[in-house]
Amino acid sequence: MPEDREPTAAPGQAVRHEGARLPARGPQFEVAARNPRRAEGVVAVAFGASLLSFAAFGGAYWTNADNFVLGLTLGVALAAFGFALTYWGKYLMPRGPFEESRPMMATTRAEREEMVADFALRGKVAVERRGFLAKLMAAAGAVLGIVVAFPLIRSLGPKPDQSLYHTKWRKGSRLTTIDGQFVHVDDLDVGGIVTVFPPDDIGGAFSQTILLRITQTGNVVTEPGRETWGPDGYLAYSKVCTHAGCPVGLYEKLTQQLLCPCHQSLFNVLDGAFPVFGPAPRPLPQLPLYVDGEGYLRAQSDYLEPIGPGFWYRGGSNVMYK
Amino acid sequence: MSAAQADGRAARREESAVERLYGWVDDRFAISRGGRHLLDKIFPDHWSFMLGEIALYSFIVLLVTGVFLTLYFVPSEHDIVYNGVYGPLRGQTVSEAYASTVNLSFSVRDGLLMRQMHHWAANIFVGSIVVHMLRVFFTGGFRRPREINWMIGATMLILAIFNGFLGYSLPDDLISGTGIRIAYSILESIPFVGTYLAYFLFGGSYPGTAIIPRFFIIHVLILPLVILGLLAAHLGILVRHRHSQFPGRGAREDNVVGSPLWPAFAAKTGGFFFLIAGVTALLGALVQINPIWLYGQYYPYKVSYAVQPDWYMGWLDGALRVMPSWEINLPGHMVPTIFFPAVLLPGITFGLIYAWPLIEAKLTGDYAEHHLLDRPRDKPLRTAIGAATFSFYFVLFGASATDVLANYLTVSLNVVLWAFRIACIVVPIVVFPVTYKICREIQETPGAGSRKRPNIVVRSAEGGYEVVPSEEYPGYVEREPDLEPVPVEEVDVVGAMQPEQEETPEGIYRIPRVFR
Repeated sequence: MPEDREPTAAPGQAVRHEGARLPARGPQFEVAARNPRRAEGVVAVAFGASLLSFAAFGGAYWTNADNFVLGLTLGVALAAFGFALTYWGKYLMPRGPFEESRPMMATTRAEREEMVADFALRGKVAVERRGFLAKLMAAAGAVLGIVVAFPLIRSLGPKPDQSLYHTKWRKGSRLTTIDGQFVHVDDLDVGGIVTVFPPDDIGGAFSQTILLRITQTGNVVTEPGRETWGPDGYLAYSKVCTHAGCPVGLYEKLTQQLLCPCHQSLFNVLDGAFPVFGPAPRPLPQLPLYVDGEGYLRAQSDYLEPIGPGFWYRGGSNVMYK
Repeated sequence: MSAAQADGRAARREESAVERLYGWVDDRFAISRGGRHLLDKIFPDHWSFMLGEIALYSFIVLLVTGVFLTLYFVPSEHDIVYNGVYGPLRGQTVSEAYASTVNLSFSVRDGLLMRQMHHWAANIFVGSIVVHMLRVFFTGGFRRPREINWMIGATMLILAIFNGFLGYSLPDDLISGTGIRIAYSILESIPFVGTYLAYFLFGGSYPGTAIIPRFFIIHVLILPLVILGLLAAHLGILVRHRHSQFPGRGAREDNVVGSPLWPAFAAKTGGFFFLIAGVTALLGALVQINPIWLYGQYYPYKVSYAVQPDWYMGWLDGALRVMPSWEINLPGHMVPTIFFPAVLLPGITFGLIYAWPLIEAKLTGDYAEHHLLDRPRDKPLRTAIGAATFSFYFVLFGASATDVLANYLTVSLNVVLWAFRIACIVVPIVVFPVTYKICREIQETPGAGSRKRPNIVVRSAEGGYEVVPSEEYPGYVEREPDLEPVPVEEVDVVGAMQPEQEETPEGIYRIPRVFR
């Protein structure tokens, strides 16, 4: 707080040195600390610690020390500096309380009416007899607004069109691993599992398919109408969860269930990957398979329904391509 | 040279260099005339008013550390072969975004510290906004005239959550990539426009190569700029309204009681910034966060176990888990199940937050201007509503750990999930009456909330005992204290600002101006 001073200038005269006129000092100007000497000591120790620690941080940086030393020195230095300053402010400065007045925000009706009237009057004068110009300006502005939105939004990406309904699987696509190996019917043991893709979309986010072997021989039938889909004990399901699209990556061999690790939906492999637990609303679509003459696994066709999570244009939950 | 100018020169010769510099600036901006009020601006002393300061200062830490990170991070999904210092990754094909994040962690001096500080500061930023918002809610600080500032704050919370998500998605690691996949599905689930939004944001089908560069520019430029603008408005409105305060200690609706900006508040709040920066640095040094080199590069067909987002996304993740698998099937169209927990729930949540000041005014019929805050116990209904609502989100937050809890407690996932499904309905129903009752009880407890002064038992020479109250804490006053009014300089602003009035020349209309 500045010292008391007599006003030296007449009101209204702008003078730099005039200074504030504070009344006589009351108890509010005393410091908050009971023992200011001790408080000074605390602040001094903290500033000292921060000084040393800042220097230590510089040294640690210079010698390329590891993250632990760098962060510890910097953290202690900053925290000690901050503590000292806060402590100083809290205990060694006028303890107050001080008061200032607060004007209410609410304005009077007269004030508002004056403002509105002035605004309206000037606006009226400006557009009087020029309504046509105002309308033209509004029309130009509206067209600008609409046209500007085109490049800002429409350039961002293509329209979804049909891409959401199909994957890269085709009739005859060989089941290919991430390493580019075609999967042969002898490759998996019973209980085995591998992620496969069509050969032209290896690593594809939508084509990813999980291939499991359930039995050694015979067709695995999961649903009526899927009699030929699981040759030689193999089953293939879309790996994209029908809930939120995570890869359904965990297979519980014992219960023959697939688990999505994101939100814990469980799918029964033997029952057409029907969701038995968790938030997933629909089964994982099954990929129809066949074994070619050389013993390689191939797809009979693309998935017969859109894979992955739902979307507005998908249609009902049981939609199937005819 | 006029006499006045000569006087000024003579006076200036006696000034120190600093005074002359200040004088030079002051002659150009007249700081001494308006700035005096700034020195005297009063900030009420209450610990709960520092919660917003934590948000402000962690945002500054975010800006500083974030600028450092942009110097080294490469926002690109191009594949390169990693050839850096981290052994286990050498020779693997990874994206440039992932490789540059690993490199700035291990090869750039101070890089890991800055990265971890940045991530910690982000968590603290969102956390302090939430706690600050709870303080404002439970004390009624959102009431007239502060409704719009409350809404600005709510907007900043949404943006902070979004920007946090964008930020931790940038390294292109396995866990964040899974989060982006979920975000894509959520976007896709919106009726009518969802698939278009997803395709426009991602530049086509998932995953594409556009998303990391796009997230980057939104994360480092667009959202920080918007947050900065809103922050300026938030603080500007605070200055305009002056700080709200708790009743007692002489505080009334028409005054502000506390410490002046200069020097006490400046020292305290300036020190507080360094304290927060220091704590963030210590966290960055001692507590590992987001070790992406352990997660590995993201591939759409790979997934990790125990995938949890950062804490502020937890309630959404939990909602995704506890939501039953209901969908709405319409002819040719559908509303997917994730729309409800991931779009509708946040929409309702923030809709309620935005509208609450208006809802409460409508319910209570109290449209008056308030600058004195409520004690939460004095508004038991609002406090109970707030506590019950918050408990609902807290249960959802817990539900984001169903898999971890099931593992840890060796209980079936089934049991844990159903426990949370039931809890998110039952807990709020229990919390509401309990909170209400507690508020009522505190109201009836005499002296509740006032600072307790310890009593000292003194043994006299004769062996008797006497109880005396301890010395009062300096500066603490129970009731009406002597307040030190800030001297209001009665400056004739109009007279001071304008040179001697001359008659307005012919042909110019003089606008009558009143300074308020």
